[in-house]
Amino acid sequence: MRPMRRALCALMLLVLVLASACTRTGEASGAGADLRVGATAIPDSMDPTTNSAAAIPQALLYNVYETLVKLDGDGNIRPLLAKEWSVSADRLTYTFTLQSNAKFASGDPVTAQDVVDSIQRIQTDSSVTPVNKSQMSVVQTVTATNSTTVTVVLKQPSNNWLYWMTSTAGIIIDPSGFANLATTPAGSGPYVLKQWNKGDSVVLAKNPSYWGTPGRFDTVTFKYFADPNAENAAMLSGDLDVISELAAPQALSQFSDTSRFQVITGTTNGEVVLGFNDSKAPFNNVAVRQAICYGIDRKALLDTVWAGQGTLIGSMVPPTDPWYQDLSGAYPYDPDKAKQLLASAGFGSGLTVTLTVPTLPYATGSEQLIVSELAQIGITVKVNEIDFSRWLDQVFTQGDYQMTIMDHVEPRDIVKWADPTYYWHYNNADFQKLVAQADQATPEDQVTMMEQAAKMLSDDAAADFLWLMPSIVIATPDLTGIPKNQIGLSFDLTTIASRNS
Amino acid sequence: MKLTRVVLARLGTFVLSLLVASLIVFLLLNLLPGNVAQVILGSSATPSAIATLRQQLGLDEPVMLRYVHWLFGLFRGDFGTSAFTGESLGSLVAPKLGVTVSLVVGGMVLAVLVAVPVGMFAAMHRRQAGGQIVSGISEFGMSIPAFLAGIALVMVFAVRLRWLPANGYTPLTDDPLDWLRRLILPWVSLALVQAAVLVRYVRNAFIDVLGEDYLRTARSVGWRRRPALMRHGLRNAALQIVTVLGLQLSALLVGAVVIENVFVLPGLGSMLVNSAANRDLPIVQGIVMLLMTFILGISLLVDLAYLLIDPRLRTGTSEVSR
Repeated sequence: MRPMRRALCALMLLVLVLASACTRTGEASGAGADLRVGATAIPDSMDPTTNSAAAIPQALLYNVYETLVKLDGDGNIRPLLAKEWSVSADRLTYTFTLQSNAKFASGDPVTAQDVVDSIQRIQTDSSVTPVNKSQMSVVQTVTATNSTTVTVVLKQPSNNWLYWMTSTAGIIIDPSGFANLATTPAGSGPYVLKQWNKGDSVVLAKNPSYWGTPGRFDTVTFKYFADPNAENAAMLSGDLDVISELAAPQALSQFSDTSRFQVITGTTNGEVVLGFNDSKAPFNNVAVRQAICYGIDRKALLDTVWAGQGTLIGSMVPPTDPWYQDLSGAYPYDPDKAKQLLASAGFGSGLTVTLTVPTLPYATGSEQLIVSELAQIGITVKVNEIDFSRWLDQVFTQGDYQMTIMDHVEPRDIVKWADPTYYWHYNNADFQKLVAQADQATPEDQVTMMEQAAKMLSDDAAADFLWLMPSIVIATPDLTGIPKNQIGLSFDLTTIASRNS
Repeated sequence: MKLTRVVLARLGTFVLSLLVASLIVFLLLNLLPGNVAQVILGSSATPSAIATLRQQLGLDEPVMLRYVHWLFGLFRGDFGTSAFTGESLGSLVAPKLGVTVSLVVGGMVLAVLVAVPVGMFAAMHRRQAGGQIVSGISEFGMSIPAFLAGIALVMVFAVRLRWLPANGYTPLTDDPLDWLRRLILPWVSLALVQAAVLVRYVRNAFIDVLGEDYLRTARSVGWRRRPALMRHGLRNAALQIVTVLGLQLSALLVGAVVIENVFVLPGLGSMLVNSAANRDLPIVQGIVMLLMTFILGISLLVDLAYLLIDPRLRTGTSEVSR
């Protein structure tokens, strides 16, 4: 037994030595030239035009791919590949002047013809997603006037078009790379894709021949975590420099050590909507919808489900949109009023409805409080939990549901309410007209009209707008320039720097 | 001649089991609600776009026809392509295989290194307090789920002490030291449970050996107990232990699927879970069949090894399948 014991001791010693030898000396942080960013949504493609997963533009937009115009942290449209642009008096013709020194990672210059090819690819390539296609559908013609001037003529005036040009539909792609975009991006940004470890990470490297201000990091790794707890553990153990979006606000207290972490909070575009099937009984009755809005204490819900992090909004507009107004007080918690409304709608003796929720934390977390509060006003809620894939099929596509909960993260998605075939089946001709007019109006009139539209949704209780998701970024203290609000789809690396490097 | 017939019969059982398994896997997965066309299109899905994509992916064919297509594909060496990316299973699996193999082999080695000496100790002291305590601990260890052990290890060694990374993977060829650092905790979590199970087998094997005539003979000619056991017992007990190891390898593979998800290791297990969530059925089917082939293959090898080791089984008169 003695040799055995000796071997065992030796083994344990070896493990201990290895473990301590492997311990990192000093604090692992963004010092130096590498940035490690944790994220939760995993990309399945590298082409943001043919795949709608938000994880793709998160890593690539503005970092690897550039657009003619970009959205800054305050929601303003700024020059990028276009150094300036003008709009004709009838607001149909846009003339863009390109940066003369811009070039793709391949070394080829970004020419007006490349812009034309990129826009026409969105219009004609059958694999481009319907969302990108519809955002580009207002374009009548696009022509290269000379090598640095692009003229776009619209079928009708559209404020939204220029806004969409800041996102995935507007990326300018190197035409020589069109064939392999799903795996090999071909952009003009400060970073290039170095390595894509599918399901695990995306590694970007500095583009050495970038035409503008060079990237501040040699490499940036987007590391993906299906499980938020694993992401938090990686940050706590010093294996990450940034958590791009804290998935569970309850975890915030873990990052209270200010010598190791900074917490940056702001707003997002994510409206958590308690949606009703508006065209079917009982939700085709506005009184029933209003009763539910009065019957749910959204402040209490936000405190319980999302640790009070987030904003009460009352309609489908985040504070970063120009037509934001605080409508959160429209339906104060008032169970008595809710009961009266239900009685006036003929449901004085009670009502039974089904709540179909996807198994996502904010949705399943909300159901308990909603069930108990609605029970108090005489509505019996049966809960049906389904996974997200099935939710997409059953609720989103087939519209087979009564009530559901979903976080709608797309920018300016209030316009979805103008589509009566969308899964809420909200069909209000006045609202549809207003949204269409706002798009064609002057930018000033657009703001007034969209304010009216948002108010209309609230008055109509088209849904119960539960809360707006917060943007919670955790970063090491040396990092600066991380935007407070998450407005566009990009995790924009161009503003981020480390004090240590 | 009889040996050939027995081996052929055993091979036949293997192929038949695989066929049955493939049918079950295919039918069960196709019963899942939701579909990949829906997930690919996401929030931009319209019923017509979904119908078109389903047609492109061949999902509009009847289930049995799709099964036959898939099965013939398998025979041709076409294990399917991802509905998401259009890549072949082979090219997707290859980089993941190294991760899973590192995890499973390392976990197994660690489990054996711990279980053999501890089990031997428990056998020799089975009537004393030490042996009893070891048995108790192994009983306890067996009841801890591997993922729970993993989470506890992460909390202590990564989050609190910050000695080791909480998760993630670096290929051996990129940075061997980082590869090791990142696999220590997964190995330990996998090995803990396996070792606890193995200790019991090792203990029983040695108890059997302790009662054998040859050991008593060795003692009577003057060998002391420990050297006798090391010299004559270990080799004999090893036979039993190796058999158990082969069978435990399947359990370890299943454990690896869970551990990969706890430690964010980009292996077959996390690929399986992600593909299932995306309803990327060709990939799920492919991985499950791969694991199934592996597990059935191990059991086949164990049986064939028995035939070689134990001549009594070769006569064909005794029961071959265990």
